[in-house]
Amino acid sequence: MPFDPEHAEMRFGCGLAPGIAPPASLEDMLSRLAGPDDAARAHPIPRTADFLAVMRDVQVRLKARRQAKGTAGEDAARAEYRKAVRQVRADAAGWTGQMLLRRARTRDGLRERLAAFWADHFTARGEGFVWPEAHHPYIEAAIRPHVAGRFADMLRAVCQEPLMLTYLDQGVSVGPNSARAIRKGAGGINENFAREMLELHTLGAGGGFDQGDVAALARLLTGLSFTLKDGYAFRAERAEPGPHILLGQSFGGGAPRAAHLYAALDMLTSHPATARHLAQKMAVHFTADMASGALADAMTRAYLDTGGDLLAMTRAMLAHPAAWSGQQRNVKPPVDFIGSALRALEVTPRHLPLADPKEMQHLFLAPLDLMGQPVGAPPGPDGWPEADADWITPQRLAARLSWAMTVPFQLRRVLPDPQDFAATALGAALPRDVRGAAARAETRAEGIGLVLSSPAFQRT
Amino acid sequence: MSRLTRRHFLTRSAALGCSLAASPLVTPVTLASAPGDARLVVIILRGALDGLDALPPLGDADFAALRPGPAAAPLDGFFGLHPSLEPLRPMWDKGALAFAHAVSTPYRDKRSHFDGQDLLEAGTEMDALGRLRDGWLNRLLTLMPGAVAETAYSVGRGDMLLMRGAAPVANWSPDAALILSPQAERLLEGILHGDPLFRDAAAEALELSRGGAEAGPVPTAADMMSASAAPAARPDAIAAFAAGRLREGARIAAFSLTGFDTHAKQHAALPRSLDRLARAITALKTGLGPVWQQTAIVAVTEFGRTVRLNGSGGTDHGTAGAMIMAGGALRGGRVVADWPGLAEADLYQRRDLRPTRDLRAHLAWMIRHLYGTDIAALERDIFPGLDMGPDPRLIG
Repeated sequence: MPFDPEHAEMRFGCGLAPGIAPPASLEDMLSRLAGPDDAARAHPIPRTADFLAVMRDVQVRLKARRQAKGTAGEDAARAEYRKAVRQVRADAAGWTGQMLLRRARTRDGLRERLAAFWADHFTARGEGFVWPEAHHPYIEAAIRPHVAGRFADMLRAVCQEPLMLTYLDQGVSVGPNSARAIRKGAGGINENFAREMLELHTLGAGGGFDQGDVAALARLLTGLSFTLKDGYAFRAERAEPGPHILLGQSFGGGAPRAAHLYAALDMLTSHPATARHLAQKMAVHFTADMASGALADAMTRAYLDTGGDLLAMTRAMLAHPAAWSGQQRNVKPPVDFIGSALRALEVTPRHLPLADPKEMQHLFLAPLDLMGQPVGAPPGPDGWPEADADWITPQRLAARLSWAMTVPFQLRRVLPDPQDFAATALGAALPRDVRGAAARAETRAEGIGLVLSSPAFQRT
Repeated sequence: MSRLTRRHFLTRSAALGCSLAASPLVTPVTLASAPGDARLVVIILRGALDGLDALPPLGDADFAALRPGPAAAPLDGFFGLHPSLEPLRPMWDKGALAFAHAVSTPYRDKRSHFDGQDLLEAGTEMDALGRLRDGWLNRLLTLMPGAVAETAYSVGRGDMLLMRGAAPVANWSPDAALILSPQAERLLEGILHGDPLFRDAAAEALELSRGGAEAGPVPTAADMMSASAAPAARPDAIAAFAAGRLREGARIAAFSLTGFDTHAKQHAALPRSLDRLARAITALKTGLGPVWQQTAIVAVTEFGRTVRLNGSGGTDHGTAGAMIMAGGALRGGRVVADWPGLAEADLYQRRDLRPTRDLRAHLAWMIRHLYGTDIAALERDIFPGLDMGPDPRLIG
C-alpha cells in the first residue's frame, strides 16, 4: 500500500485536523521531522536546567519549614512551603496542557509521537517532594532533542538526568574502592540503573547478558551524580576504578573518567541486540501488537547501517509496506486519544485552562489517570503497557467514553455539526455506521462523543 | 488487567433492569470452576496507621505517659479500642473481629511511604526493593486452580501493585460509572459492534455501571466529569461494590483507603480515617449477607508510627503497628500480639514500637486456612523469604 497522507497522519502523526494539511509524502513527513522543532517553540515547556532552579527554590522553603519546627513561625513556614509546592504543581499542569497543544496544533505529528515513545522507553518517575513534576522537563531536555538523532546521544543525555539518576537509585551508588569510599569508609554499588539499562534500554531481556555484565556496568556507572545546586556531574571520586569487563570487552583502568563509561555505552548502543530490541519495540508501538517481522528486520538493518541513527530507523519503518497494512491496528494510548481528539476539535491555546490547575485536573489529568495513563506516573521502569487489551478494560474504556461525551462541550461550547466532525476526524476512512450514528445522535455533544468513541477513531 | 468473560450487548440487554444479584455476569460454568467458597478482602491503609492509637495498649504501664488524653474503652484485659472503631464492637463480641499488634513487614529504617507500600504489596523481603513487578495477591491467584479474571477484583482508581502480575484481575471503581442516554447507548452499540475488544469492554462497563446503582448513589450525568476531579469514590460505595462482586463469582477483592499519615493534630485527623475504615467494613458485612460467614477481611498498613507524639500533636513514621481483621470466617474476639513493651529500652531504635512478628505470617496463615495453599508455596512464591512460624489460628 502506498503512502497515504490521511493514513500517515492517523497512524504516525497526531490525527486529522480541519485546516492542518497532513504530510503530502514520506519525504515531506521526514523533512518536517528533521527540521526545526516548531511545536516546542510555539508551546514551550521548561527543560531540566530550569526545573532545577525551581527545585532549589522549593528546597529553601522546605529547609525553612524544618528549621521553624516547634517555633512560633512553624505554621507560616509550612504554609510558605505548601504554597511553593502547589505553584510547581500548577505550572506542571500547564506543561501537560502545552504537551497536548503541541499535538493539537503541530504540522509535525510524528515528532510528538516519537517523543512519547522514547520517553516511555526511558521511563523515569519522580516520587516525593516536587520530583513528579520533573517529568516534562526531563523529556524536554533528554528525549525530545534526539528523536531524529543518534540513539547513543539520547542514552548519554538520559544518564545525565537527575530524574533518572534518582529514580533508578544511581545517585546513591558509590564504588567500594573509590577515593570517596576509601576516605569515608563507606560505599556501595546499586545495580538498579545498570540492570534496567541492559534489560530495558539497550540489549533487551533476551540480549545475552548475565549478572556479571550487570555488575560491571553498575561499576562503570558509579560517578554519575547530581546535586540540585549544580545539576549533573561526573564525580571521579565516587567512581569504582577499572578495568571492568562488560560483554567480554574491557573498559576503564587507571583513574576513572567519564570517557570509560561513554565507551561502554557506545558499545551497547551499537550492539546488534540493541538494534533488534529497539526496532521490534518501535514496530509494535507504531503498527500492531503482532508487528511484522520483516518490518522489524528492515528497521534493525537501518539502525546498524547508520550507527544508530534514529531518523534512518524511522525512515525504514515508514518506507516499509508492512507499516501501512490496514489490518490489526493499534489502540491509541490515552494521551494519543485525547491529543487527537483535541486536534479534531480544533482546540487552540485559548480553549485550554492552562493556568487553572483545578480545571486542568478535571478536564485532563484525572481522566488520563482513569484511562490508565496518569501523567508522569507509569507503573514501573518498563513503562506503559503496549497491548490493546491493557488499555481497553471496562473501567478504562468507560473513562474514555465518559471523556468523549462530556469534555469536548466543556472545551468548545460551540461544537461542530457531528456529521461534519465525523468527516474531518476520520477523513476517507469514515465508516458508514459512525457517520450514521453521528447523524442520529440526540445532541451535538453526544454526536461528537460517539465519533470519538468509535474504534475507527480510537485505533490508529 | 485482562479480558473479562465478555457479554455481548444482545445477551446483556436481557439483564436490563435486573438487580446486581440476578445479573448473569458470571456464568454457572465460571462459578463451578471458581476456587472454593472462601472470600478474602484486602484493604491497604495508605499513609501508615498509628496502631498505638487505633488499638491502644492500655495495660502497658508506659502508655498513659506517652499518649495523654481521653482513654479508649477497654477491648480485652490489655488493649482498648479507638472510639471510631466502636461500631465494629458487635463483631468482636461475635468473634468476627480480631487484631494483630506489634507487627510489620520486613521494611526497616528508611520509613518512606512509597517503598513501604511497595514492599507491603509485593510481599517480599527488603532486598527486592527497586525491582518489584508484581503483588502477592496476584501471585496467590496464579496458584489458585480455576481462577479466572472475575475471581479477583481490584476496586477503585489506580493500579495496585498488590494485584499486579501474571494472573488476570478485574478492575472497577463504582465512580467510573458510564452513564449514557438510551439513544446514545443504542448508537454506541452499533458502532462498537464490529470490534470485539471495544464491544465487550463497553458491555461490561455498562453492566457494572448498573451494578453500581444497586451499591450506592450513582453520580448524575452532569457531575460525572466533576467526579473525576473529586476524591475517589466513598469507601462505603467501594466496599458495597466489592461485596456485590463477592456475592457473585469473585472470591478476592482489594482496595485502598488513604488518610492515615497523621503528622499533625492526630486527634482530629485519625478519627475521620478510622471512621471510613469502620464504615467500609460495615458496608462489606451488609453487602455480603450470608457470604459474610465465609469471608475474611484484613486491613494492613505500610508501617506504624512513632510511640511519642511530635510537637504538632501528631506522630511520625515508625516501624511496627497493628493489623485489623474481620469476617465470619475468623476465630476472632482476640488480639494476637507478642507485646514488646513501651519502655524506652524496649523500643525499636528508641523511638518506634518494636516488631515482634512479620505481618506476612498472619496473612500467610489466613490464606493457608482459606484456600488450602501449600506452606512451601506461601513461603517461597507468595511471600518469598517468609518463615511462617507458629499458626495463630485466626481462621478455622
